[in-house]
Amino acid sequence: MADTLQFDLVSPERMVVSVAARAVRIPGAEGDMTAMPGHTPALTTLRPGFVTVETDSGEDQRFVVTGGFAEVGAESVSVLAERGMPGAEFTQDVYAEIVAEARAKLDDAPQEHMDMLAKLVADLQALATESGLRPD
Amino acid sequence: MPSLKDLKNRINSVKSTRKITKAMQMVAAAKLRRAQEAAENARPYAERMEAVVNGLAASVQGSDTAPRLLAGTGSEQTHLLVVMTAERGLCGGFNSSIVKIARYRAQKLIGEGKTVKILTVGKKGREQLRRDLGDHLVGHVDLSDVKRVGYDNARAIAEDVLGRFAAGEFDVATIFYNRFQSVISQIPTPQQIIPAPVPEDAEASALYDYEPSEEAILEDLLPRSVATQIFTALLENAASEQGARMSAMDNATRNAGDMIDRLTIEYNRSRQAAITKELIEIISGAEAL
Repeated sequence: MADTLQFDLVSPERMVVSVAARAVRIPGAEGDMTAMPGHTPALTTLRPGFVTVETDSGEDQRFVVTGGFAEVGAESVSVLAERGMPGAEFTQDVYAEIVAEARAKLDDAPQEHMDMLAKLVADLQALATESGLRPD
Repeated sequence: MPSLKDLKNRINSVKSTRKITKAMQMVAAAKLRRAQEAAENARPYAERMEAVVNGLAASVQGSDTAPRLLAGTGSEQTHLLVVMTAERGLCGGFNSSIVKIARYRAQKLIGEGKTVKILTVGKKGREQLRRDLGDHLVGHVDLSDVKRVGYDNARAIAEDVLGRFAAGEFDVATIFYNRFQSVISQIPTPQQIIPAPVPEDAEASALYDYEPSEEAILEDLLPRSVATQIFTALLENAASEQGARMSAMDNATRNAGDMIDRLTIEYNRSRQAAITKELIEIISGAEAL
């Protein structure tokens, strides 16, 4: 069995990255999971968070995603993110824009979606803290 | 018989028209390249989204708890037609070919006693449809300020459509756009987006572990899938528009060239005739002496 898997991160507008990886950590909606070669096929939705990729050369690359889903197979992992960008591109301005959008939705959301959206905002804030940004 | 001065004026005016159409053609060519790139970049996401949704849809299909975006409302009474056209004209048959199939579909549905609602994207389609189907227009999305269509534009349209669906305003939604084939050929395409059509040969992807459940994922994915399809349609449309404009302007430039040649010949003939006439006058004047 190969010791790497093909990792693709795609957003609607472009392919963000496509590399060979030893392991990929995915922020699943129901908890983080790490996919390594030979993983059982799985499909999970994502919460906002970091996708961490351990590349073939052993270095870690971090990407920010704000939701979407991931398809995990034995030889490949595809993350389809609503927004996906390298960790370095996730600046205070980008964060502010995303969180403002989420809050605007929270404000006029029907009751049954309140919890979900409130969680989204909380996840985004946690993500900002982790990236060293101000979670305001 | 127009005077020499008139002819000269006409030649000059056609020449400046040719300059404009030539410039428009070159601008369209540059924009086309960018639009095509954008469409290609968006393809991986759209393809995977489609594959996953089809797999899920096939396995959930028929179950009672299938999401309404997939199973439909159980009725086909009210149709929403989302007609996507350009904001600008001067692009050959681009706008009218979309309007034509949309109008045909609308009239067919009305003939069957169905209710038709039309949502227009882009100014040109609205202008053309307002004449005979004005009562059916329920909304309009203005993209005239948008330089490059982004996913956010598509998502805004999708949210509008999904909001109307949730409010029970329609049962079936179809988008109309031009699929980009080549610079000289764009194919007007209707595509049903709600309820999500499941291809006949879709295989249930039962192999997967789902987290959370299949249906919860589908619930989350279907709205995204609608947005993705609209996004793809917008990008295809943008590329088609530039392609259509490019070939329309190429034709116009060539026609202007032909016209200039014709007018120049006429101008030269008239001038020669005038010279000959004057010569005859001088000679016959001299002979009379």
